[in-house]
Amino acid sequence: MKFYRIKALIIRQLYLYPRSFPRLMDVFFWPVLELLVWGFLSVYLEKLNLNSVNIASILLGALIFWELLNRSQNAVTIAFLEDVWEKNLLNIFVTPVKLVEFVTSTVFLGLVRIITQGVILGFIAWLLYQFNVFQFGLYTIPFIISLLLFGWILGIFVVAIILRYGTTAQVLAFGIIFLVQPFSAVFYPVSALPTVLQYVAYILPSTYVFEGMRTIIATGTLPLMPMVISFALNVVYLVLVMWFFYAMFRVVKKKGLLLKLDQ
Amino acid sequence: MTSTISLHNLVKKFGNTGKEVTAVDDLNLEVEEGTITGLLGPNGAGKTTTIQMILDLITPTSGTIKIFGLDMKHHREEILNKVNFSSPYVSLPSNLKVWENLYTFARLYGVADIKDKVNELADFFAIRDLLPRMTATLSTGQLTRVNLTKALLNDPKLLLLDEPTSSLDPDIADRTRKLLLKINKERGITMLYTSHNMEEIEELCDRVIFINKGKLRDQGTSSELISKYGRKDLNEVFLAIARDEI
Ligand SMILES: Nc1ncnc2c1ncn2[C@@H]1O[C@H](COP(=O)(O)OP(=O)(O)OP(=O)(O)O)[C@@H](O)[C@H]1O
Ligand SMILES: [Mg+2]
Repeated sequence: MKFYRIKALIIRQLYLYPRSFPRLMDVFFWPVLELLVWGFLSVYLEKLNLNSVNIASILLGALIFWELLNRSQNAVTIAFLEDVWEKNLLNIFVTPVKLVEFVTSTVFLGLVRIITQGVILGFIAWLLYQFNVFQFGLYTIPFIISLLLFGWILGIFVVAIILRYGTTAQVLAFGIIFLVQPFSAVFYPVSALPTVLQYVAYILPSTYVFEGMRTIIATGTLPLMPMVISFALNVVYLVLVMWFFYAMFRVVKKKGLLLKLDQ
Repeated sequence: MTSTISLHNLVKKFGNTGKEVTAVDDLNLEVEEGTITGLLGPNGAGKTTTIQMILDLITPTSGTIKIFGLDMKHHREEILNKVNFSSPYVSLPSNLKVWENLYTFARLYGVADIKDKVNELADFFAIRDLLPRMTATLSTGQLTRVNLTKALLNDPKLLLLDEPTSSLDPDIADRTRKLLLKINKERGITMLYTSHNMEEIEELCDRVIFINKGKLRDQGTSSELISKYGRKDLNEVFLAIARDEI
């Protein structure tokens, strides 16, 4: 791994942001809009005063953490698609860039985007709804890291699929996250799912974060074990997805698809 | 003379067994250091596939590829640092400015003094005034020169050019050829060159290699082949080989 090559790939993407309105919208506008909608909904629910549970906190917490996962996956995929859309993949891979450097650069870009969005969303949530992301205390940090990791894993997975199956698989880039959502128990507890689906829920690292968040709101504490499982799952999936990515890249080179993908 | 590229029993089959296409069929060839070698053949002959295998973008079915006497598997970084590629079918990102694109590739190759390098090459290809422009706004001829600039950023010892002049008007094509000859002479860069324009090949190439259906058909200097087959020019030789007349 050479740091200067990763840096080159990152700087190149950063050139794009200041001059691209859609890209800036993607980073700021949509997440903020979504936060507003859900924020006002939770304020309304709060007013209805359904029961003693802090509904606003649960919804807003769920939403912010969900966006984190969603955006983390998206950022990785979009960073890669930029090269596909611009027919630049071949140029990149005739340089000595290694696959792992390429992946690292997209992941890092994802991180920059996420941190920016996280700060902005957190600030707005606090400003408008007096929602404090850090009410979960130090747990916020493992929550965030676990979701970022899982987002990258999903992102890398989608990139591998697009590499292999071409740009028609792009729908996946924007759709896969919604396959994960119902099972991650984002807005409702795992217990609300049918038993079979509960098993699915528990193999997703994200589920433990959303469950954990609700546990904290309800009880003020978080058992350690679920977070350990969440991270362990992430590590397993990260290894698997990198293996999958390399395997797909080998297939792509065998089938000569790098050139075709661009077209 | 040492070989910059040597291909040994190179085979590439696409597709699943049963209905496979043999794009490159037991190809053996050498490209000598410092020469411009033309890789010729009709559409579908296997030229692009061969170039992509040399660049490690396509994995051969069997056979060996040595570049600078090294194999890609163990020396990928070392090789690719000294190789570059240009073709109109691979564009630079259109949503970046020209200088941003060039700086990016200079960084990827770890060029020490990026600004000097880009300016030097920009002067050489007369694109200095294009540097602040958006890549999307360039004409095809301008883009070709920018692509060539990109291809020289890492001071390559080997340049692979896949139909670099295919979409250029005769004037710009001629200028591009002159530039290529100049960099070949001044910098001693070895080039493997594909084109369907035989006049251009005669003007540019020290040697030509004819392939058809993935197989090597003949090789030599243009004049050697013309007199060997008793034809008027290289174009006639091409037609004869493409139509399996010789
Ligand atoms: N990725 C691929 N999958 C399947 N077949 C392929 C692939 N790439 C090339 N081929 C086939 O391999 C053969 C050689 O193609 P190639 O592109 O190397 O030819 P070429 O000599 O560059 O032709 P042209 O002059 O048209 O550029 C053709 O029959 C082509 O259809
Ligand atoms: Mg071709």
